[in-house]
Amino acid sequence: MALTDEEIFSKVQSSLEDALGVDDDEVTMDATLVGDLGAESIDFLDIVFKLEKAFDIQIPREELSPEDILTNSQYVQDGVVTDDGIAELKKRMPWADLSDFEADPKVQNFGNLLTVGDLCRYVGSKVNA
Amino acid sequence: MRWFWVDRFTEFVSGSHARGLKNVCLDEEVVDRYCPGFPMLPPTLIIEGMAQLGGILVAEHFQFNKRVVLAKVGKAQFHAPARVGDQLCYEVRLDAVQPDGGTVTSTSHCGDQLQAEIDLMFAFLEEGHLVDGPLFEPGDLKVMLQIMNFFSVAVDADGNRFPTYENL
Repeated sequence: MALTDEEIFSKVQSSLEDALGVDDDEVTMDATLVGDLGAESIDFLDIVFKLEKAFDIQIPREELSPEDILTNSQYVQDGVVTDDGIAELKKRMPWADLSDFEADPKVQNFGNLLTVGDLCRYVGSKVNA
Repeated sequence: MRWFWVDRFTEFVSGSHARGLKNVCLDEEVVDRYCPGFPMLPPTLIIEGMAQLGGILVAEHFQFNKRVVLAKVGKAQFHAPARVGDQLCYEVRLDAVQPDGGTVTSTSHCGDQLQAEIDLMFAFLEEGHLVDGPLFEPGDLKVMLQIMNFFSVAVDADGNRFPTYENL
């Protein structure tokens, strides 16, 4: 059964509150998981578990963490993601807004890329496929 | 270092659940000293006991080939103190597993009374992260499991008793 955007946001919000110990008013569509909500690397595993349970979906690691692209010399030169790399990331993560990252595509900037809105669109792409 | 916070396994079903007992005794220094005048098992060590049962439940699911560490305590609610003379019955259920980790939900009962509810997440250490190589000296984990009665009660995923593991 398809879920509305509001239903998806509500479940994502609840999952993030549990995983990160944040208040519901902090979990806005624009909030970044790392910068605004304080997610650390281990929290992403927790978030994956909670989203899988909340939406009854499977989340392969590479879909949310494209480390294979970001560590591939074919797509990264001198710590900066190349145009080919950006294209690959867009293909892998069509639900993510990469516009800010494209302006300064250093690999180190990728960690603070994902927003709550990205997560909602990702989940939506899975549950409403 | 002595760090056993479960006395024995009483049930172990691979990929499903584990049960174990913890007796709270006054001769344990930590029980006596945690809250002077009111001897009790510190709640953190109840979490540790659950983590030992749960960690083994998760590790066994992967044939003890993963380096399993407690990563997060998702929930820990304590409804009653664990006092000297109490026998706590722990039950840990495997909730979900991923290539990177696993989650369990667990309860502690004292008699019929629900004593604690604890949710835990385990992560698997990647090679080269924090430490290299196995987390236990060769044979040590097997001996610990024998001491805690694991092999007497465990059944594997097919329901067979006395499972064996190449990596122990």
